[in-house]
Amino acid sequence: MIGDIQIDAEGRRRHFLTTEGMPAETILGILDTAESFISVGEREIKKVPLLRGKTVVNLFFESSTRTRTTFEIAGKRLSADVININTSVSATQKGESLLDTVRNLEAMHIDLFVVRHPLSGAADLIARSVPEHVHVVNAGDGRHAHPTQGLLDMFTIRRYKGDFRQLKVAIVGDILHSRVARSQIHALTALGTREVRVIGPRPLLPTAVERLGVQAFTDFDEGLRGVDVIIMLRLQRERMCSALIPSAREYFDLYGLTPRRLRQAAPEAIVMHPGPMNRGIEIDSAVADGPQSVILPQVTNGIAVRMAILARLAGATQPEPKTP
Amino acid sequence: MTVDIEDALARMADGLRTLTPRRPLLIGVHTGGTWVAEWLHRRLGLAEPLGSLDISFYRDDFSRVGMNPQVKTSHLPVSIDDRHLVLIDDVLHTGRTVRAALNELFDYGRPASIALAVLIERDGRELPIQPDIVGARIRLKANEHVKLTGPDPLGIKIMEKSD
Repeated sequence: MIGDIQIDAEGRRRHFLTTEGMPAETILGILDTAESFISVGEREIKKVPLLRGKTVVNLFFESSTRTRTTFEIAGKRLSADVININTSVSATQKGESLLDTVRNLEAMHIDLFVVRHPLSGAADLIARSVPEHVHVVNAGDGRHAHPTQGLLDMFTIRRYKGDFRQLKVAIVGDILHSRVARSQIHALTALGTREVRVIGPRPLLPTAVERLGVQAFTDFDEGLRGVDVIIMLRLQRERMCSALIPSAREYFDLYGLTPRRLRQAAPEAIVMHPGPMNRGIEIDSAVADGPQSVILPQVTNGIAVRMAILARLAGATQPEPKTP
Repeated sequence: MTVDIEDALARMADGLRTLTPRRPLLIGVHTGGTWVAEWLHRRLGLAEPLGSLDISFYRDDFSRVGMNPQVKTSHLPVSIDDRHLVLIDDVLHTGRTVRAALNELFDYGRPASIALAVLIERDGRELPIQPDIVGARIRLKANEHVKLTGPDPLGIKIMEKSD
């Protein structure tokens, strides 16, 4: 069980790998800390000394601009030294070579790894192998989880919409392949969200998705009715030609968020997208750039939330008293 | 040992009056310092807006005790560049809070000067930091500590540490 290795014997958080099983108090605590980091980003000297002398490695085996950049900025605003390593990984290079890379970096006295990897469980594997004082943050592993994105989305929802217990939230698109959707669903249910819906074509909805505590819709208009928050997911172009989706055109007709469709939702509903977005495939530009879009604030909020998560982990580095 | 809070606050107000020609900005340190700053701001009828600092991100014991979960947002309503500042806290003890606050202030700008005003100055300094304005001076036993209660009304409690 992943939940076990994230917490040390004293109950302090060592790693941040998934939102699954994360208590509401932990999530809300991180969101509260992130609120105060927002103001750091707004002042002239956007830096606090919390992680001075710490070394953070962004270890990315999959391309990313937003996540890697916001992690880099987050680390730097906390005064950490941040190193970016971008490696592509072939299907044959698994397991051992990953841990070898990590061991070599460990020998350089790295304090914190931010890991993105195309394989589910990669961050978990690293977390199990690192020494006690080293922390691991999952920045996306395969289809499994992208917990910092999940939390920054919670932060954004709370800022615009307040109490989760009053909210209806719809996640739309390729739920099946989406680690973002999974992390959002776990966080939303932990926070007691009134209603969580997933909307998408049947082949892109996981089987028995209802077991995650959500309602599934294949009809976009029906699923959107009365929701307060709409989270659009990226339809990955590489899957467009496969049997799952007949054509981008047809997908847009059925699941593209247009101004007309948006009117099905609650009048003040917000529109979110974790990026990168495909304009004209899952979202119309008029919506992406419209007054209900909070897509760019999501990016800004990502820095503060990632600062809060890094600070949360690095603040508990003192060796634990030995228990007999 | 007891402290008369009315006397202490009045003494602080008197000290601050001598600084008013410089149009100082009052900046309270969360949480007790902001209560004292608010009281003084009202009492002196100052026109300049009030600032507040939460020094959580500048503490020197972060790597030992981690993040304070109740961290508040620092709020400096106007630029502090070339302004005279009065940093206000409830209790001056080790001096570490003031050290952190000074570091934080310099991340906002370059003030003309900073004076330190505290409601209670107690013994136990660990850094070379002294107040300019003091409400009351006390000495406490090693196992005692002093705490401000408030914000309305403000009160002072001297307690024995439980551990």
